[in-house]
Amino acid sequence: MTTSYQLKRADFIFKYENDWEKILSKCISRTPQELINELISSELKGRGGAGFPTGLKWKLAAEVVDATKYVICNADEGEPGTFKDREILSMVPYKVLTGMAVCGYVIGAKEGYIYLRGEYFFLQPELNKAIREFEYYCKGINLDFTIRIFMGSGAYICGEETALFESMEGKRGEPRNKPPFPSSYGYMGKPTVINNVETLAHTYTIFKYGAKRFYDLGVQYSRGSKLFSVSGDTPKPGIYELELGMSLADFVDEFGDGDTKAVQVGGASGFLVPRKRFDETAIGFQGKLTGISLPTGGSMMLFNSSRSMFNVLDNYLEFFREESCGQCTPCRVGCQQLLMGIKAVKRGEKNAKYLDKLLRLTETMKLTAKCGLGQSVANSFSSIVENFREEMIY
Amino acid sequence: MNPVTDLIKSLADQHGRSRHNLLPILQGVVEQEKYLSEYSMIEIARELDLPASEVYGTATFYSFLEYKKMGRYIIRICKTITCSMKGKNQVLLAIQDMLKIGVGETTPDGTFSLLQTNCLGFCHKAPAMLVNNEVFTDLTPEKVREILRMYMNKKKEGGSYDN
Amino acid sequence: MVKKIKISINGIFVEVEDGTTILDAARKAGVIIPTLCFHKDLCIAGNCRVCVVEVAGQKRLAAACATPCEEEMEIFTNSLNVLHSRKQIIELLLSEHNADCTSCFKNGNCELQKLASDYKILKQDFIRLVPFKNYTIDKYSPSIIKDDSKCIRCQRCVRTCAELQGVNALTVAYKGDLMKITTFFEKPMNDVVCSTCGQCINHCPTGALVERNYIEKVWDAISDKTKHVVVQTAPAVRVGLGEELGLGQGVRVTGKMVAALKRLGFDAVMDTDFTADLTIMEEGTELLMRLKAVLVDHDPAVKLPMATSCSPGWIKYIEHLFPDYLDHLSTCKSPQQMFGALAKTYYAKARNLDPETIVSVSIMPCTAKKFEAARPEMHDSGYRDVDYVLTTRELAIMIKQAGIDFMKLDDMHFDRLMGESTGAAVIFGATGGVMEAALRTVYELVTGRDVPFENLNITPVRGMDGVKEASIKIENPLKEWAFLDGVELKCAVAHGLVNAKKVMDSIISGQANYHFIEFMACPGGCLGGGGQPIPTSPEIRLKRAKAIYAEDEGMPLRKSHQNPEIIKIYKDFLGKPLSEKSHHLLHTQYTARKRY
Repeated sequence: MTTSYQLKRADFIFKYENDWEKILSKCISRTPQELINELISSELKGRGGAGFPTGLKWKLAAEVVDATKYVICNADEGEPGTFKDREILSMVPYKVLTGMAVCGYVIGAKEGYIYLRGEYFFLQPELNKAIREFEYYCKGINLDFTIRIFMGSGAYICGEETALFESMEGKRGEPRNKPPFPSSYGYMGKPTVINNVETLAHTYTIFKYGAKRFYDLGVQYSRGSKLFSVSGDTPKPGIYELELGMSLADFVDEFGDGDTKAVQVGGASGFLVPRKRFDETAIGFQGKLTGISLPTGGSMMLFNSSRSMFNVLDNYLEFFREESCGQCTPCRVGCQQLLMGIKAVKRGEKNAKYLDKLLRLTETMKLTAKCGLGQSVANSFSSIVENFREEMIY
Repeated sequence: MNPVTDLIKSLADQHGRSRHNLLPILQGVVEQEKYLSEYSMIEIARELDLPASEVYGTATFYSFLEYKKMGRYIIRICKTITCSMKGKNQVLLAIQDMLKIGVGETTPDGTFSLLQTNCLGFCHKAPAMLVNNEVFTDLTPEKVREILRMYMNKKKEGGSYDN
Repeated sequence: MVKKIKISINGIFVEVEDGTTILDAARKAGVIIPTLCFHKDLCIAGNCRVCVVEVAGQKRLAAACATPCEEEMEIFTNSLNVLHSRKQIIELLLSEHNADCTSCFKNGNCELQKLASDYKILKQDFIRLVPFKNYTIDKYSPSIIKDDSKCIRCQRCVRTCAELQGVNALTVAYKGDLMKITTFFEKPMNDVVCSTCGQCINHCPTGALVERNYIEKVWDAISDKTKHVVVQTAPAVRVGLGEELGLGQGVRVTGKMVAALKRLGFDAVMDTDFTADLTIMEEGTELLMRLKAVLVDHDPAVKLPMATSCSPGWIKYIEHLFPDYLDHLSTCKSPQQMFGALAKTYYAKARNLDPETIVSVSIMPCTAKKFEAARPEMHDSGYRDVDYVLTTRELAIMIKQAGIDFMKLDDMHFDRLMGESTGAAVIFGATGGVMEAALRTVYELVTGRDVPFENLNITPVRGMDGVKEASIKIENPLKEWAFLDGVELKCAVAHGLVNAKKVMDSIISGQANYHFIEFMACPGGCLGGGGQPIPTSPEIRLKRAKAIYAEDEGMPLRKSHQNPEIIKIYKDFLGKPLSEKSHHLLHTQYTARKRY
């Protein structure tokens, strides 16, 4: 069993493999149950950041009886610091398309959609070409599955799955109440599996090489590899596939510029880890590894000592103030209060103790916001203010 | 008939007239017109048998669906963290200086509009910007001036291949 | 059969049907959970988060209004987590709300104010957001004032406008900190499809949407010795007013209301019910004329079905949404406007008053009536027919301002000439009432017999179903109406504009072949009007309806044509229904408006 938390590179996602036809044909010759079991035993968890077990997601949607179901690929990659999904869709679109079609076969869906963020408009022509070729092959093997691209139009919140459905239905991208969950009530009120681009690409790996190969990567509770989008103060920004479970210290050794002060894990909605906690922080999903374990959509932003954490937080909060959908009180008003609050403290209009009130507010936001975004916007605030309080004050 | 009306009808023919076809139609109009005028929104509402307020409420939710008149080339410069750290402000100043407009404004000749936007997903090549749908990365003041000159020339040539 | 599940709330065990929300289950268990964006008339939003509760085993708090109970769920509505969070959410709402309560029209009847009071948010040190926003007050509508600085984005108004009314004048626009409730391109309410029904006001928890009030103007008129101020009161006011003055829901206060109006100093207190009876005479006759024109003369210019025209919200709605169908509307003015036109003609003459000196005030359960009174065509008396329209709520405010102890008032009667009415007029206040009143008269006019319903109660058109249908077969009519022999008079009743739309759509598609339709803009009819006491709910409206029908049953006369003052006005002034004078004073025409 793997217990080390060292950084290990992997190379599955971007590995050029021109055998998708074979993989697809092979998959649909197996029973849906077999495929679900394969996924479940791989312990693949959603790569968008929330980490829901993919096999279970497919299983739940497969169990619902309905003539119309949908498979949706979430390519609304809007989390600051994340850019892996675009690379997957431009480099290895067939892996994603295959994952979608297999999912369609497993759950009994005939229609798939790729919700592509408006910023990636330029990907469309090539992706459409790939889709046409893919659909042509599906027809040839009598697999009734079509895929269409649905373009977003500039709204971060549409990455939240129910907001994404609303958006596809022609409405404001406002998250719905849950339950009901997408597996029973998704796009157009129909059972829907919605997976992140990278998750679907991993299913390709699993269906090709078997669950064990994937499972053997990573550590307990955090199996497999994952793409990391590395940016900020690093000599080598870019996208890297690494096994899950590495310690942040190892990561910084590899990607830092020698002066790394803090790393923001998981984008603006993630956590800031200060240097003193690099050793005890591991990157993966739930379950204690060493100290804390941080799930992530793969955004890793490094900051060196020249950076003001006040400015970093200010930037994040401005992002959320604009990108909150605005429907629920804690997120809409909370984001405004956090942003104006740190500015007021900085200017001396509020005293430093006001930060404690704001920290209490982040607790309320985490507890009460309607969707995952609202619940996580305060993460960066609490982790930055707790670790760099002095930078907030003067 | 107003050409926008024709455009909206053909978009509705192409995508359908149900509520879930609204976004592609709004996007189609914006692609052509760069923004959604009051007139366009009313025509879309009429075509889809929707309340005009619903079209407006939906359109204003999305940052890329402009509802104010925009120039032919919409510059959207990313203002999120990494781009900010990597010199976005210098690039922005260079643009403002060259075009003589501020953020949210359009050049008097209607060629450029300048906007800031949230994360474009090019943090590893920051700073980044979009001009209409084309991406430019690793920007510097020099580089951005060159890019703008290219668009200015394109405009002079009456360039038909707007993106 | 629906599955039952067992849950516990604050340690109290309750059994509820599967699918019951935590909020409903708590109410069943006698536990009150505060709400803001929740409203019984509307779909669940789950936006405000005031109703959050703790569920054992769950990391986050759940919105009680939006979360269904699950088997063995353990719910805590008062844990420290809940209390802290709830208080902070209220404080957040207060921080984006213009909490200048003492200068607010809703002071004392504001749900946010009540929450702030209940939870004693004494230390409000979040930054006040209102000064940073560029809010404007929209006061261009004669009916509704919209003040965004008081809006807490609960979206109740938007849901009301869409779900109850199908009007969609209001929408949610923008996102994040800019998200707001507005109209198409942020135009004034007066310039969009708004029907002015005022249901948004009734459903707004704060003072963001209120009626344009004319209280000061009316006080001025009353105290002006050179003016003769007449007041009329609509049927639904008498079953709502009590709610504002400390009486229960569905209590009839007709006599006290008259007494209060007299104490306020009105020179004459008369009744819109009188002109409701008059409406029946005119509209009933119009219906018969139309039936003849269509069935006998085959006149293509005359349209059926004929639609009622008493509800000005409905009128404005059809003018906007179905401008091609205005020919279907009865040309009769609403009772309010008939009264207005007569007050400055018939009444002035009878009392020997210069109409110039008459100020005509009406008390209405309605905000659209304010718009209606301001319509340019409503000047048939030679003056503005109705000068000021007050809602039931505004009247209550005047009564309180005047220091009148409402409970102690002895009942009084309306003044004569235009103060007599029948049970048929009273039921105008409830959905189906105009239809029932019309049928009582029309059937008798045509056959010489009572409508074939027990005790004149035409029950198929009563009740709260959105669309009701009824038909009456006419047999053995009087000679004059022989052409109606065997005709099955098909009627429909719709209330709430979303139901009006359904009926209109069925007419346009040709599915429906009604002869006569009653349309009321508001759910429940006028008793649920936009000018009625707040709160409103299906239960409250039912109680008011019950009171209306009790009032009808208690009247000695229950058919419009029996009203002695009606008989008198035709004899002394109008001649007969649809006479030239009637046409001039009591009928009107409509204006096609734009949907977009």
